[in-house]
Amino acid sequence: MGSRGSTLSKIPNVDKLMQETGFSQAHIIRLHDRFRALDNDEKGYLCPQDFEAIKELAMNPIGDRIIGAFFAQGPQQETVDFNSFVKVLAHFRPTDKNRPKESTSPDPINSRTNKLKFAFQLYDQDKDGKISRDELLQVLRAMLEMQVTEEQLESITDRTIQESDTDRDNAISFEEFRKSLDKVNIEHKMSIRFLR
Amino acid sequence: MGPFYFPFDNLLCMLLGISFTVWITLLLVFIIVPAIFGVSFGIRRLYMKTLLKIFEVSARPRISSVFINKWCLSLALGIIAKEPTSLVEEMTEIRRSGSNRDLDEFEMSDIFYFCRRGLESIVDDEVTKRFSAEELESWNLLTRSNYNFQHISTRLTVLWGLGVFIRYGFLLPLRVTLAFTGVSCLVVLTTLVGYLPSGRVKNFLSETAHLMCYRICVRALTAIITYHHSENKPKNGGICVANHTSPIDVIILASDGCYAMVGQTHGGLMGFIQRAMVRACPHIWFERSEVKDRHLVAKRLSDHVQDKSKLPILIFPEGTCINNTSVMMFKKGSFEIGCTVYPVAIKYDPRFGEAFWNSSKYGMVNYLLRMMSSWAIVCSVWYLPPMSREEGEDAVQFANRVKAAIARQGGLVDMLWDGGLKRGKVKDTFKEEQQKLYSKILVGTQEDRSRS
Repeated sequence: MGSRGSTLSKIPNVDKLMQETGFSQAHIIRLHDRFRALDNDEKGYLCPQDFEAIKELAMNPIGDRIIGAFFAQGPQQETVDFNSFVKVLAHFRPTDKNRPKESTSPDPINSRTNKLKFAFQLYDQDKDGKISRDELLQVLRAMLEMQVTEEQLESITDRTIQESDTDRDNAISFEEFRKSLDKVNIEHKMSIRFLR
Repeated sequence: MGPFYFPFDNLLCMLLGISFTVWITLLLVFIIVPAIFGVSFGIRRLYMKTLLKIFEVSARPRISSVFINKWCLSLALGIIAKEPTSLVEEMTEIRRSGSNRDLDEFEMSDIFYFCRRGLESIVDDEVTKRFSAEELESWNLLTRSNYNFQHISTRLTVLWGLGVFIRYGFLLPLRVTLAFTGVSCLVVLTTLVGYLPSGRVKNFLSETAHLMCYRICVRALTAIITYHHSENKPKNGGICVANHTSPIDVIILASDGCYAMVGQTHGGLMGFIQRAMVRACPHIWFERSEVKDRHLVAKRLSDHVQDKSKLPILIFPEGTCINNTSVMMFKKGSFEIGCTVYPVAIKYDPRFGEAFWNSSKYGMVNYLLRMMSSWAIVCSVWYLPPMSREEGEDAVQFANRVKAAIARQGGLVDMLWDGGLKRGKVKDTFKEEQQKLYSKILVGTQEDRSRS
């Protein structure tokens, strides 16, 4: 019963992973189990079809964008290994409020800025650093599809850009995105409660 | 040197002969004869109690018991705690912390809700885990359920080794022999009974033949079954519905009562058995082409049901094998016929052997071998009181009512998801539901405003 030695030995670079992501050993083991459960043909990595097989994700209006976020590490990336899988999920760890502010060390993956960056890339599909009017329209269309008319979609898009776009270039940059969400409790809304 | 071998040879033959005779006699006396008469010596229950004792002894907690308990608890709870809030509540919360705006205009932060839900379902979702075998809390000395457990102590390894020897060296050959006996008896006896003219004698003999052969098959699997509420057993002219975990469900139910089976005609050995069975009493076998025609299926079923002399039909409305932790959506076809439905709940005890058939991983023969080399199949069968469709209830609501009753009795989770999701994709209607909900929040109120 309950010996973790065998599973731990299957995961490469566990300590490095724990340090980078902040997950505990128990979490990493459970995530590894989940990774293996999703990996239908026991390939050792995940491909888009494995994600598409998750029924609740297929039901999500932006499901395919979320899947895309896993494959965004490099151009034409087609596989996700366990390390990348955990690193993406690390964005959703609740923020450590007690972390001392060290300006020399890089931001942890689950910092407010990095969470915002993750959400930003869901909008910004061509990764040019700006959410263009077209990209915003596409997201709205994904979330609302046939429930609203095209005109309504366009008017919502225009209004949103108008409010957030401070430098009047008809696109929302990351800074403008961050500013418009200044007061939103991102730490809570973009976090998943991992059990011990 | 020569003469030395002959006595040994003879001795060997004699010994083999004697042990073979003893073996066959024991088999007959302890297994086959009781099966014919439906009595039990209680050997299997004794075996089960012994096994439980052994599991307890081998799994006795040691120094790290606290740690193990916490880990087992996390297995049961899952990896994450999901917020049970709805779309509307979440959106209100997100908006409230942002600017003080009403809930009727799009905000960039709205995407957070869908994003988080999506990631939550990647980490842990309700449906995928129903299609793989249930995880055990403690090891039952079978290699196949040894995933996160590894070498703990020599004692455990020795027990495990002994277990392998007993299971594969003794139990498996015994069970395979019994299975062959059972199936061949079924074929032979039903064919013989089929030659008799229709009447009470034929029905009686056919029932006896079926019961006897199924009981032998039950012993072939070392299935220890506890039947509850036998007063609710299905009667003629009704339909018996049960939750589906494996093909063995049929054997388990049919060894306690006589049913008319429903299924597709197969070729080969299965087809041969089917043809033999249908000679003795009317089962309903469909050709592959007929299965698609729902009206034809419904008509044949209702014709059968209306004839009160025919046996109750046995149907598994989930349509596929589920891993016995939940009950998935019942297909409404059998509930449209309009006769009494006798629900039956079947719950397996996974400690002795995993009965769930993961058809995408294992073929039928592989599955049967695994069944026969487990310790035993222990299950409970509850016969629930009969139900009928009420006034103003449509087939789907009736099906859900029956499903809820079965789930409640068997201690299973009642799920709305379709078992067909094992192989098929999610219908777009589910996604549209989400979109509808969201759009109601955004646009619904906008329309009100523009109208005023």
